[in-house]
Amino acid sequence: MEILGLFNYWVFVLLLMTGLFAIIHKSNLIKKLIGLSIFQSAVFLFYVTLDKIDEGTAPIIRDTDLVDQIYANPLPQVLILTAIVVGIATTALALAVIVRIKEEYGTIEESEMRELDRYLS
Amino acid sequence: MTLDEAIYNQLPALQVIVPLIAVPLVAMMRARHLAWLACTLTSLLSFGIAVVITTELLAGATWQYAMGAWPAPMGIELRIDSFSALLLLIVTGASTLMLLAARVPIAAQIQSIRQPLFYAVWLLTLGGLIGILVSGDAFNIFVFMEISSLATYVLVAAGRDRRALAAVFTYIVMGTIGATFYLVGVGLIYMMTGTLNLADMGVRLEQVADSRPVMAAAAFITVGLALKAALFPLHIWLPNAYTRAPHIVTAFLAACSTKVAIYVLLRFDFLIFQESIPNHALHFAGLLLPLALAAMIVGSWVAMFEDNLKRLLAYSSIAQVGYILLGAGLISTTGLSAAVLHMFNHALIKGVLFLAVACLGVRLVQLRLSELGGVARHMPWTMSAFAAAGLSLIGVPGTAGFVSKWQLIVAALEVGPWGLVPIIAIVTSSLMAVVYIWRIVETTWFAHASTAVASVREAPSWMLVLVWLGVAANVYFGLQPQLPLTLATGAAELLLESCCD
Repeated sequence: MEILGLFNYWVFVLLLMTGLFAIIHKSNLIKKLIGLSIFQSAVFLFYVTLDKIDEGTAPIIRDTDLVDQIYANPLPQVLILTAIVVGIATTALALAVIVRIKEEYGTIEESEMRELDRYLS
Repeated sequence: MTLDEAIYNQLPALQVIVPLIAVPLVAMMRARHLAWLACTLTSLLSFGIAVVITTELLAGATWQYAMGAWPAPMGIELRIDSFSALLLLIVTGASTLMLLAARVPIAAQIQSIRQPLFYAVWLLTLGGLIGILVSGDAFNIFVFMEISSLATYVLVAAGRDRRALAAVFTYIVMGTIGATFYLVGVGLIYMMTGTLNLADMGVRLEQVADSRPVMAAAAFITVGLALKAALFPLHIWLPNAYTRAPHIVTAFLAACSTKVAIYVLLRFDFLIFQESIPNHALHFAGLLLPLALAAMIVGSWVAMFEDNLKRLLAYSSIAQVGYILLGAGLISTTGLSAAVLHMFNHALIKGVLFLAVACLGVRLVQLRLSELGGVARHMPWTMSAFAAAGLSLIGVPGTAGFVSKWQLIVAALEVGPWGLVPIIAIVTSSLMAVVYIWRIVETTWFAHASTAVASVREAPSWMLVLVWLGVAANVYFGLQPQLPLTLATGAAELLLESCCD
């Protein structure tokens, strides 16, 4: 049952590797960027998983009498909120660069861009 | 408490906050000269703060600062020691020098309407790099790393060369993979220790020493940061980014960005993992030494045959990263102090070399060696400065480069008979540096004048003054290396204090 208990971590590794594969394998810049986003999302899942405590509920104190209540650790959730913002910024910037590449090269295929630059230099 | 004291106590926070506060102000300015002035003054102020902090820490003390008066490890701690102080000097100093020289090359390469934004992004990069250096919190370092990286991507893509866009896309992908790896590593450590404070982490990891998540964390963090530091063979983003960026940006990045990644790498591997993973020193050296040696040889080898001047220097930078990590891989006080000293010296050397290239770039569009024949006869001051900095890169006695290479060789000798391998690599790589620097000197001074350079004039005199100031610093720190050496030795002792020997 240990393998099932680590289900989230397996998904994390799977997503991480899927993203990495797309980054390496695809020539289309948008597809590469999708790979990069999957790669980053994997880490979000990882952080959210590691704050979970068995039987723990959402870390919101409603009733001050319930001192024994077990809560999930809120800190990784806060951390990953920051990391999500960073991820959005990265994606936005990369998309902006892709738009500029499309304007300048007329293509977003890496192989075709390389071909075009060869004529330039 | 007087006002002076009150400000003095806040210096660590001011160090990082001053450039960050200036970012929106500069971004809102419309006049490009005003933006330049504000940006340069801010950078100069940061440099001043760094100097004051350094003088305070010369004796080897550590300056701890509780952000918002929340005590560590719960609150976020700023922590400056002699290692970070040395790097602060490099980053703020390089930024100030390049900004002082920036007006003419920027005017040539960036549309005037975009210049205020460019300077704002420059300050963002500076603030991010400083933040990495002063922070004592693993997650904070991640955030600052991403601030500086995202800003750096914008700086690199700011020019008019469309190939910069392709280069920057690779840089974004590689940089993000590196940062994400680092984030995974920090998550794994947090899972095992429940803390993000670096000092606290080191202590608590001992209780869970020799566990698999910690090993995985060490692997993720080391590889992620090696990617950011452009350690061979993870360097592929670097040559194109350096070549296609606006010249003055290249000078700034070459002087500091990879060094800051190496700083975080050494911090983690020596202060945190050293005690919590058995035989970590051996693993660290076993991984980094071969790669460092390969970087030194391959980087210099490619540089010998490269035609594009900026790309040539970029490959030389890859070789220099090898030198730095070679010193660290020897795991001794001498080796580490040599590595840290070489970080300082290489920043001086490459900063001046790329600044001289920026001087060339003011007058010439193409920076290919094959089209630079005889250019030194038109720009003697620029090219003599280049040659002088080149001597420092090679490691001629009397220059800064000599001091750190000598330290490296001494450190290698301490290892025993196996130390011969790094010494041979150092000497070979330096000889290759002689070849590629001589190629440039020969082409620019003695080759037949190419048509492209027939009508060029000498670079603006203000830029020449700054380049020669850099050359003077190279000679000064070659003859009087006490200041960086004291800080580097302090850093080495600090890094090794928790270690085995």
